[in-house]
Amino acid sequence: MQPPTVPVENFIILSAVLFIMGILGVLVRRNAIMIFMSVELMLNASNLALVAFARQWGDMGGQMTVFFVISIAAAEVAVGLALIVAIFKTKKTIDIDELNTLKG
Amino acid sequence: MENFASLVPLVILIPFTGSLINLFLGRYLNERMIGTVASGAAGIAFVIAATMTFAMPRFGYEGVVVNPPILDSWLYIPSAALNIPWQLRVDTLSLTMMLVVTGVGTLIHIYAIGYMHGDSRFARFFVYLNLFLGFMLILVTGNNLLVTFVGWEGVGLCSFLLIGFWFDKKHGVGWKNSNAARKAFIVNRVGDFGFLMAIFLTFWTFGTLDYYKPGEHIPGPVHGETVTIEPGAVASSDTHGASTETVTDKGIFGKAEDLLAEGGHIVHFGPFSLSLEAVLTIITLFMILGVTGKSAQIPLFVWLPDAMAGPTPVSALIHAATMVTAGIYLITRNSVFFHAAPLSSAVVTLVGAVTALIAGFIAVGQWDIKRVLAYSTVSQLGFMVAAVGLGGYAAGMFHLVTHAFFKALLFLGSGSVIHAVEHGHHHAHAHGDHGDQGHEEETPFDPQDMRNMGGLARKMPITFWTYLIGTLALAGIIPLAGFWSKDEILGKAFNGGFNDGKIEGFIALGLLIVAAAFTAFYMWRQIRLVFLGKPRTAAAEHAPENGALMTFPLVVLAVLSVLGGLLNIPLGVNIPLVPNEILTLWLEHSVPYTKGLEFNFLLAVTATVIAVAAIFVADRLYSPEPLTKTGKDKLEATGLRAYFRLANAKLYWDETYFRLLENPYNRLSKWLANVVDWDWWHDRFHNNVIRDTFNRLAGFLANPVDRGAIDKAFLRLGDAVAAIGGRLRGLQTGYIRTYVFTMLVGALIVIFLILLPLLRQAVGR
Repeated sequence: MQPPTVPVENFIILSAVLFIMGILGVLVRRNAIMIFMSVELMLNASNLALVAFARQWGDMGGQMTVFFVISIAAAEVAVGLALIVAIFKTKKTIDIDELNTLKG
Repeated sequence: MENFASLVPLVILIPFTGSLINLFLGRYLNERMIGTVASGAAGIAFVIAATMTFAMPRFGYEGVVVNPPILDSWLYIPSAALNIPWQLRVDTLSLTMMLVVTGVGTLIHIYAIGYMHGDSRFARFFVYLNLFLGFMLILVTGNNLLVTFVGWEGVGLCSFLLIGFWFDKKHGVGWKNSNAARKAFIVNRVGDFGFLMAIFLTFWTFGTLDYYKPGEHIPGPVHGETVTIEPGAVASSDTHGASTETVTDKGIFGKAEDLLAEGGHIVHFGPFSLSLEAVLTIITLFMILGVTGKSAQIPLFVWLPDAMAGPTPVSALIHAATMVTAGIYLITRNSVFFHAAPLSSAVVTLVGAVTALIAGFIAVGQWDIKRVLAYSTVSQLGFMVAAVGLGGYAAGMFHLVTHAFFKALLFLGSGSVIHAVEHGHHHAHAHGDHGDQGHEEETPFDPQDMRNMGGLARKMPITFWTYLIGTLALAGIIPLAGFWSKDEILGKAFNGGFNDGKIEGFIALGLLIVAAAFTAFYMWRQIRLVFLGKPRTAAAEHAPENGALMTFPLVVLAVLSVLGGLLNIPLGVNIPLVPNEILTLWLEHSVPYTKGLEFNFLLAVTATVIAVAAIFVADRLYSPEPLTKTGKDKLEATGLRAYFRLANAKLYWDETYFRLLENPYNRLSKWLANVVDWDWWHDRFHNNVIRDTFNRLAGFLANPVDRGAIDKAFLRLGDAVAAIGGRLRGLQTGYIRTYVFTMLVGALIVIFLILLPLLRQAVGR
């Protein structure tokens, strides 16, 4: 008896919803940690899409790419959190609206 | 001969080496060593020249062209048609000159050690003196006109340096000395112009400047026979492997002879042409101009009397014995040309004879002991020039040699007198007024003025007796050297007039006999003024005889002045053990058209009688005391006052030159300097034309072009960039979300563009 298969469209819709949530989080949140988490959300949304398509086409390339994305995201988190700590040490805040030194 | 002739570079090199040694080491050497180096250099050169002379007979008196080692490849001027090798010629003529220059030069060097003792520039004096010897030897040994010219200019330079040697004397004498040096140099430039023109014309005409090519025999009849040239003889007399040049390649004289023998040759000078004979006449006339400069003939003799400003050894060596005879050497060397140009020869004769007379006349009225000798030199050079003009090349050279002996003797004697009188002056001064010591006198004492002398015969016996010998030799008293040489010149003039029917022969004979009378007269006047009578000043009273360094050359030269005549005893006079015409036969091997001369008894007697009579007249006139009570010349007390004044003023010759040439020239140069150059060129042209035009052009470029157009355009551009930038800066809000949103929109646009073909397909389907 075969387990019931979830159609790929569901995964894609979930992925798209997660991605849009990530985008909105980046655009509207002011807390740097929250923006960071939103970025993670976007990354994982794309990961979800990749594995879904990998399963659909039976191509392990998608899954492999996901491993790369996860490992690079880990590195990115390390760098990003370090940046945030550094910003907090100088600015005493992690409100990104305060970081407008590049204003023209 | 080639082995011995190849010594000739040494003759030139050794004086130059002596000069260099004294130049660089002179400051470390004492006077004795400097003098030894300089005199030694001259002496060694003399020994070498003598060696070559004694080698001459063994090689048939054949002249040889020598390529000096090293120099011939260094100093070589190759050009399209110009080929001037640095070659030297050793033949009987150049050897004669070498012997005179180095022989008399050595004696004068020795004398100068004594004369220049204590001079502050002792070493420099001998540097110049040796340098002069070197250049003089280049002059007489050069195998082409250009090498001769190098020597010619070199001796002119040394003459300039030595005339002005005491340029720093006090009381304005230094100024006079350096002016005399400049005068000599500038007057000689006029003559050099003539020489240069002669060189250019010779090159244009013959395509070469060499006197003789290596291995070439002298042209013209020698001993009345035609010289046939065998190829073997050419090769054997060839020196340094120049045997590729065949005998057909001849020097200027050989070419001139060949072309003249063919006849009818025309020389083309661009738009006009002249016959070869006419060109030779022009060349020789230009040469005569050079000769009148260097050998102090009319019209360029004015520098020589002033040149006596130099130290006396210089006057003896350069301005009596050697350099001034370069002109006679030049004419003798170019005798082929002068033989072919009878007009030029006539001009030479007349120039010489007139110079002899006029200079002799002026010498009568001079007070300066050296000036008398200077005019005497001019006069005697006139004799020589007249002789070579009459074709008496041997006679001219003979007189050149004997004159070198007795005139060097007289100059050195006068130097001895001047030296002694200066010493006597210091001596008398030191014993006289002690309060005067320490500051200069008001009126400087002139040790050369014969009025300050008198009675020196007893004080300076050696100087007196040698001077007397020189005087008698110069006056032409038998049997001294001057008698024979002067008689030969008079004989040439006599022959030229009576035998050849030349009008210039008669003129020269008359002028020269009168000049000879003047010679005897002014020389005896000098003896009376300087040596006889009573001392007229304290300086003359205390004049001492000079040391052996100065008297030894006097004695040697006196002996030569006595015996010099034996060099060329004319035919018809028999002297035991002495052959006749040694010099003439010797010179025949290198100077074509040299002829000997029969002794003319009548002429000799006449000349001697005139000389003796002149001496007698002078003796009566100037004894017992040569001056009148008011300190004037005895001549002035007689009816000949006007003539004496004229002679004393040197015939106003210098003043005439000033009036005619120098003043107009000065006025012209002043006008050119003040009016043309300063007023017009500087003020008008520079200011108005060049400066104002430049200013206007610069103003135009600066204001309308640069500031108006170029600057404005770039300012506008800058403004525009700033305005655009101001607008664009509003995009940079500094809020991260703005940037993220922009990125999102951009990504969406990119995705849309990627998907666009798919959409199209979907719509199209």
